[in-house]
Amino acid sequence: MLKELKPALLMLTLMTLLTGALYPALVTALAHWLFPWQAAGSLLTVKGEVVGSELVGQSFSEPRYFWGRPSATAPMSHNGAASAATNLGPLNPTLTETIRARMQTLQESDPGQSAPIPVDLVTSSASGLDPHISVAAALWQLPRVARTRGLSEQTVLHLLQQHTQERTWGILGERRVNVLTLNLALDQRTQP
Amino acid sequence: MTINSLLQITFYLLLLLLLAWPLGLYMARIYTAALPRPLSWLHPLEKGFYRLCGIRADEEMSWQRYAHAVLAFNLLGLLLLYALQRLQLTLPFNPQAMANLPPDQSFNVAVSFATNTNWQNYGGESTLSYLVQMAGLTVQNFLSAATGMAIMAALMRAFTRREAAAIGNFWVDMVRSTLYLLLPLSLLLALTLVSQGVIQNFSPYQNGQLLQALAYEEPQNGPDGQPLKDEKGDAVTEHKITREQSIAMGPVASQVAIKQLGTNGGGFFNTNSAHPLENPTPLTNLLEMLAILLIPAAFCIAFGRFIGDTRQGVAILAAMTLVFLSLLLLCQWAEQSGNPLLQRLGLQTTASEQAPGGNMEGKELRFGIVNSTLWATATTAASNGSVNAMHDSFTPLGGLVPMWLMQLGEVIFGGVGSGLYGMIVFALVAVFVAGLMIGRTPEYLGKKIEAFEIKMAAVAVLTPCFATLIGTAIAVVSTSGLAGIANPGIHGFSEILYAFSSAGNNNGSAFGGLSVNTPFYNFLLGLAMLLARYWVIIPVLAIAGSLAGKKIIPVSAGTLPTHTPLFVLLLIGTVVVVGALTFLPALALGPIVEQVRMFNS
Repeated sequence: MLKELKPALLMLTLMTLLTGALYPALVTALAHWLFPWQAAGSLLTVKGEVVGSELVGQSFSEPRYFWGRPSATAPMSHNGAASAATNLGPLNPTLTETIRARMQTLQESDPGQSAPIPVDLVTSSASGLDPHISVAAALWQLPRVARTRGLSEQTVLHLLQQHTQERTWGILGERRVNVLTLNLALDQRTQP
Repeated sequence: MTINSLLQITFYLLLLLLLAWPLGLYMARIYTAALPRPLSWLHPLEKGFYRLCGIRADEEMSWQRYAHAVLAFNLLGLLLLYALQRLQLTLPFNPQAMANLPPDQSFNVAVSFATNTNWQNYGGESTLSYLVQMAGLTVQNFLSAATGMAIMAALMRAFTRREAAAIGNFWVDMVRSTLYLLLPLSLLLALTLVSQGVIQNFSPYQNGQLLQALAYEEPQNGPDGQPLKDEKGDAVTEHKITREQSIAMGPVASQVAIKQLGTNGGGFFNTNSAHPLENPTPLTNLLEMLAILLIPAAFCIAFGRFIGDTRQGVAILAAMTLVFLSLLLLCQWAEQSGNPLLQRLGLQTTASEQAPGGNMEGKELRFGIVNSTLWATATTAASNGSVNAMHDSFTPLGGLVPMWLMQLGEVIFGGVGSGLYGMIVFALVAVFVAGLMIGRTPEYLGKKIEAFEIKMAAVAVLTPCFATLIGTAIAVVSTSGLAGIANPGIHGFSEILYAFSSAGNNNGSAFGGLSVNTPFYNFLLGLAMLLARYWVIIPVLAIAGSLAGKKIIPVSAGTLPTHTPLFVLLLIGTVVVVGALTFLPALALGPIVEQVRMFNS
């Protein structure tokens, strides 16, 4: 083995330069040339101020906003610098209790809504940063948002449809609503 | 099963097999002298590497020397990665000023990446500097993958040799795997990922103004840096309100590409490919899933082509695909059926065009149930170990599938190179068993299989089983082992069993609730990873050396054909019986009894 150490050391040095320096540098250079916005994090700006990333979910709890999926990040929810999941097992009593509490909060936010709550709206996401909710979860919240903002349900539904992403090529992934961009659009409509 | 789920699975599998065929034919040429035309302009670079390192490319190695080269190269890589983590604060490309890692954690990460396991005991964006991610993790992602591919190249070369003393040159096999396959594919994949929103930059973390101010409790630390506790033992916190969201940045795409292609799996971020900046859309998800199984599947075709009988490779690929598909359907059924405890609360859990339904705890909405289970099955069939959903929150049966796929020894596709050499070891066992049954001398691809090969095969098959079961046993009888458990009851045992199945088969995925960044787990899991990697590699190289030295017997009426559906079933039978006999008792104590309790609760 000792005889192989010298070529091994030289080879490791060369390979580190190639795959650990040259390769990421090349990807970075090409990425910034071809896709500068995406490479920098798909950041959204309003009046020149960064308001988050299109791809990273934010925390909403006011009735005038659509709410995203629960997040398990610490110390605050939707912490973009420390993604995390609950990792609660299916039979863990904490899971059932937490979900029951979330259901109650949702129900209290709109006592008139009698439809069953879609499961994705009360279960926490894998990253803690899920930017999406299901179409069903958005529709469930629609009456509340429309009422609080004094908009017609038709208007909000129209906006919701604009921010609904279909399955890629009609096959891949799930139909989903981007909560942050939808809420930004709502704010733009109701604020002068 | 919805129609869409069947469509997505079919689409994925078809695309995988369609791509594996041409790539396999291309790969077969990498390991022969005749280089594929499109990349022959890289040849001077390759030759330059050998010259600078003082390597004679035409010098062939015995299996012992080949093993020495592998071990020396991996050892130095491990030491470099260890050093980078211990010194990251004093090194450049650390805009978030991440602190140096403690010795036990650095040891575990270094072992994990050198052995192609890529077990995560660190939280990417909150622990590691960009330099460690690039010059440490990314480099080992390439090199550990290339190491596995080189060993497979040596093994397939052995089948074509007659009474030869050598099996090839490790440096040549390793450099060619990197230069002609891993690098170009990674470059292509990385750029495609960026186009979809995977980030690639060296900026410090960005701050966004939140639409709605966010209240939270910040844990307080005492003067010693430890979290403060009140008299009741609860953490002392301070109520705070923030208007900003910090968003992690970094050179992500370049690392994610090779992490998927090289069956590595260690994420840039804590939540791996569930993180929207690592895997933002259904399309990136498809590409990353394809990348998991692409090279392992193509290697089967390359193997067939290389030994001059493509049918042999197709037979192995068929065996892998059949096991994969059956377990995938089981996992998907379990997750789509969901958690009865939640259904009883009155939630809407049926799948429709409006919502994915099912067990959505620990899953991302854009992936839903279908892509989460497809990924979970692919990542554990291959020894990738990246995740796009949290396996710890799967239903018991849904979680059993990834766990058992790892326990099968990572041979259902398996790691790049390592999956196929593992499967060939099982093929040797299969022809040996068949030989005993029909009373003929076992042979595989014209090589007589004798006592030495079977002894080595036994070592290669049993070492991972040993590492998994003994490791689990030690952890469940020690206080330090039990201290890491997050979920109460049976699920806690599953967490430990999963951890050692993952480390003991070089997978790297986890039931993430288990706290593994402790000296106990860092050391024990590190040991399991080392055993499982090198005590398979060494026997496999010994088999290669022995086979290369044998004559090639011409096919006769007495030869058991190894490309027929019968052999495919025999091979599946061997893998499944070994996996079931070894692990059924442990599984019965974990996920199986938990599933029964879920049905009865």
